[in-house]
Amino acid sequence: MVNESLLRIRDLKLHFRTTKGVVRAVDGVRFGLGHNEAVVVIGESGCGKSSLAKAVLRLLPRNVQTYSGEVYLDGTDTMQLDEEAFRRQVRWVKMSMVPQAAMNALNPVLRVGDQVAEPMMVHYGVGKDEALAQARRMFEHVGVPVDFMHRYAFELSGGMRQRVAIAMSLVTAPALIILDEPTSALDVLTQANIMNMLKRIKDEMETSFILITHDIATSSELADKVGVMYAGQIVEVSDAFRFFSGPLHPYSQKLMASVPRLRADVEPEFITGQPPSLFGLKPGCRFAPRCPARFGRCDEDPPVYEVDGREVRCWLYEETGTLVEEPQKA
Amino acid sequence: MRSIWAGIREVWRYPSAIVGLTIIFLIVALGVYTVVTLPYNEAIRLWRGGEEVWSESPKTARPIWYDWLTRRSLSRTIVLNSRDGQAVKTVETLGEDAQTISLVFSFDYPYDTFPQEVVIFFTAQFDQKTPHASMTWRTPDGREIRLGQVSLRPTETYRLALDTRLARRLNNVLPQIALFADPDSETPVPVKGTYELEILVSTFENDADVDAKWVAYGEVHGLAGTDYRRRDLMVALQWGTPIALAFGLLAALGTTLTTMFVAAVGVWFGGWVDALIQRVTEVNMVLPLLPILVMVGTFYEHGRSIWVMLGCVIALSIFGGAIKTFRAIFLQVREAPYIEAARAYGAGNGRIIARYLIPRIIPVMIPALVSGVPVYVFLEASLALLGLGDPVLPTWGKVIDDARSQGAVHSGHYYWMLQPALLLMLVGLGFAMVGFSLDRVFNPRLRGL
Repeated sequence: MVNESLLRIRDLKLHFRTTKGVVRAVDGVRFGLGHNEAVVVIGESGCGKSSLAKAVLRLLPRNVQTYSGEVYLDGTDTMQLDEEAFRRQVRWVKMSMVPQAAMNALNPVLRVGDQVAEPMMVHYGVGKDEALAQARRMFEHVGVPVDFMHRYAFELSGGMRQRVAIAMSLVTAPALIILDEPTSALDVLTQANIMNMLKRIKDEMETSFILITHDIATSSELADKVGVMYAGQIVEVSDAFRFFSGPLHPYSQKLMASVPRLRADVEPEFITGQPPSLFGLKPGCRFAPRCPARFGRCDEDPPVYEVDGREVRCWLYEETGTLVEEPQKA
Repeated sequence: MRSIWAGIREVWRYPSAIVGLTIIFLIVALGVYTVVTLPYNEAIRLWRGGEEVWSESPKTARPIWYDWLTRRSLSRTIVLNSRDGQAVKTVETLGEDAQTISLVFSFDYPYDTFPQEVVIFFTAQFDQKTPHASMTWRTPDGREIRLGQVSLRPTETYRLALDTRLARRLNNVLPQIALFADPDSETPVPVKGTYELEILVSTFENDADVDAKWVAYGEVHGLAGTDYRRRDLMVALQWGTPIALAFGLLAALGTTLTTMFVAAVGVWFGGWVDALIQRVTEVNMVLPLLPILVMVGTFYEHGRSIWVMLGCVIALSIFGGAIKTFRAIFLQVREAPYIEAARAYGAGNGRIIARYLIPRIIPVMIPALVSGVPVYVFLEASLALLGLGDPVLPTWGKVIDDARSQGAVHSGHYYWMLQPALLLMLVGLGFAMVGFSLDRVFNPRLRGL
């Protein structure tokens, strides 16, 4: 049984309307995580990882076609809250986010200290001094010198800005933080620094993380659990240890085989073909056209099976797993 | 915010900005000086006053600096009042009920031209029997001319030019010329020197008293000249300054801020709100501002004031064309990642508009604001010229309107129209120069031009 005490997502859909048709960026996601747990969501570019983050935090663009499903956060169904209630009760109170390209996510006309203090003032109505004191503690936490609080975002280096963005996500001490590719634009040393910092924060502040990335190696440092996303769906959820030693889904297996190994003399593999376009998906398993283990049933939409406390959306586990979710109707 | 201060400091590198700021500084200093030295109520009293307030100044006299343009020294106004001790006053009691009061005015006349008009104002105190005055004029070359005789009411004005008997005696030469002219000269030239006017008043009551004020109106008067109602134009030119600045600044601020806010709201909320704002703006852009203001001004004939007009200007400009400019920038800013980040941390709509959208537009707004000031200063003048100015306040536009309606240019009173026009142009020039420089500082792409 997968631990879903903090966040439980069922059949979450987020479709966009574009001139070319409907993009099914998030299409029936089943996912969850527990308290003080770090989940890494991995997947190729364009598989809907960032859209999943936006769907959870309800940061919807204007061209939304469908937005539905269940999102239980700490026991409350946030999909039932209206926009204003969601803004007041969820955003940055229970759940915060370090957006993709966090380096550009800081207001250029506010000092970074004020910027980090803003959520405190917005949500808890505290005075500016108190909010700044809290921001100061967060700066110390993420390892940015406190006198940088008086600087503007463009006066900081990329790594520093990333840390400021993380400080901002921590300032209200939410139970869950979503990090959307927090290290993708940084050099390797800074990446490692930030990963270590996140690990420390997770222990000290008992926070849960959803870490969205395509960098499997770096994220393995932090992960308690791994979710694999493919073509708008989560195809596998597993604890990190067992995932890295033996993934269940054929896609996960191919993905892991593509990671270069330092110690083993193995050529990294690549997956033939391309991920399906998210316009007008055909019925059947979405990975089937590229799958080496493809067989007859793959023409039908696969259900989710539970195998030893891991969940996988694949027909291969029809025999060994227990059915936990019916295949969704397209 | 700091970049804005840095930008303003950078303005000093542009000579045009320094010139413009100097002009603005001088005009603001004039405005402040005016408000301090000539209080509002006093200015209004003077500007609304008629002959009684302005009895000592000539009609449509040129400014005194006309002297510098001509070689001759033009006549200035001479006022002598026996009540202020500017005449030798002797009282001779002749008997029970009769006395003779003698008032002798003597003054120096150094000018090359004749006065515009000569008037004597009498004030008399008596019970029933009217005093009687007779006047004698003595020129520097020793001639003696008998002026008219007047029975004095409590206040009596003796205009020499209206005394037909005197005119006959002077061979129909205008008295202001005849009294001063050299009889030996072909063309009339005033004799310079000390003149004397003696007024002999016979009273028929013992406690009666008479005073007289002698005024020779000059051809030049005051730093700015006077208008057809004898008003000193300095009052209007000075008070026009704070009014023009206040009107221009308030209108520019009011229109820019409201427009910016409406544009920000439209862009942020998008959808039908934006569509509505854009359509209203497009309709509003087609409507001509000035005719609507003329309509409003005509409609509010009685309650009209410059501040009603200001309100109309701002109200009509809320959905002005500037919305399009601001919208273009806001649309770009709206998609910035930090706006999404702000949404993510739960900032409300108001906070995003105020703290995230609007600060980004300030660099564009400041030059627009500064360049907008003269537009509204001119608008106020245009309204005044169309007869829709404030009926009470002295403004530059009112002066130009008066000058136009009194045919100032046809009768050669160029100063009347040119002085307020020059001030208007100075204001326009000052703000335009600063505005252009600010534009270069805040829009660096223009710098290479």
